[in-house]
Amino acid sequence: MLATIRPDDWNFPLLLHVLGAMLLVGALTAAVTALLLGWRRDAAPYTRFAFRTLLFIGLPAFVLMRFGGEWTYVRENLDEQPDKVWVGIGFITSDLGALVLLISLLVTGIGARRLGRSGASQSRLTRVGAVLTALMLAGYIVAVWAMSAKPD
Amino acid sequence: MTFSDWLLFLHVASAFALVSALVIYWSIAVAGRNVERPVDSLRYFRVAKPANVLIIVGTMGTLIFGIWLAIDFEAYQVWDGWILAAIVLWAISAGTGQRGGKVYAEAQKLAERLVAESRGAEPNPELRALLTNRNAMWLNIASSLAVFLILVDMIYKPGV
Repeated sequence: MLATIRPDDWNFPLLLHVLGAMLLVGALTAAVTALLLGWRRDAAPYTRFAFRTLLFIGLPAFVLMRFGGEWTYVRENLDEQPDKVWVGIGFITSDLGALVLLISLLVTGIGARRLGRSGASQSRLTRVGAVLTALMLAGYIVAVWAMSAKPD
Repeated sequence: MTFSDWLLFLHVASAFALVSALVIYWSIAVAGRNVERPVDSLRYFRVAKPANVLIIVGTMGTLIFGIWLAIDFEAYQVWDGWILAAIVLWAISAGTGQRGGKVYAEAQKLAERLVAESRGAEPNPELRALLTNRNAMWLNIASSLAVFLILVDMIYKPGV
């Protein structure tokens, strides 16, 4: 019941878009949880886990979500219509999210590497990663609301 | 926004919660396969804590708001084939997921006991066997596959 009745040729791109978005939100939730757990202690294993989750699930899921979204946008001829609020929210969260995702990957990757070498139990990079992924997750929750409720 | 819009949002948000829980479980299941020490496995079980809430919210929310939507929308009926298929797949997913999760819950209890007995730093073959249990892995694959098929069913709505 993700949408009302629509032409069949929109279905596959929409499936890719929704599947990618769901996997992305899942990866972000896992990463945020791990990074928050590593905020005060045991930062090395938690930061490594968060980095790998973002890299192996979050990044491919983002590509799937973005590619599926763009494909759906063209198939639905939304590019030929006046901009709608929910489409705008989708583009903003997606484009900003791409940037924040890449920065989060960089920060957690470097953090995991440094923590592995130093053996420290805390890291500023882990905390920065936690804040960035939490912001991204909040943005995508707003996007889920906009995509499903479609406010205009 | 109408009441139906809110229902649809809550239904979709529940689906996101369900898939998020599955992603967390899969992440820790894969990472946990290389773990031998109870103290290390407990870190992953801590990451799973929000998933334990999300799985309940997602499983119940998708069903409750889904049925509510089917009643609310005039175009659909609860006894439509694609909705019945989704309910059957939901039951398969919940049943297999619950059975698969029991093995990991057992592993968590064992790890907690070993850490409490100050044996957390020693590799434990029993814990490793639970974390790499093939049966649990297959049950989780079945559960995730059922959720994927529900998503396909929801988007394609066969028969509509």
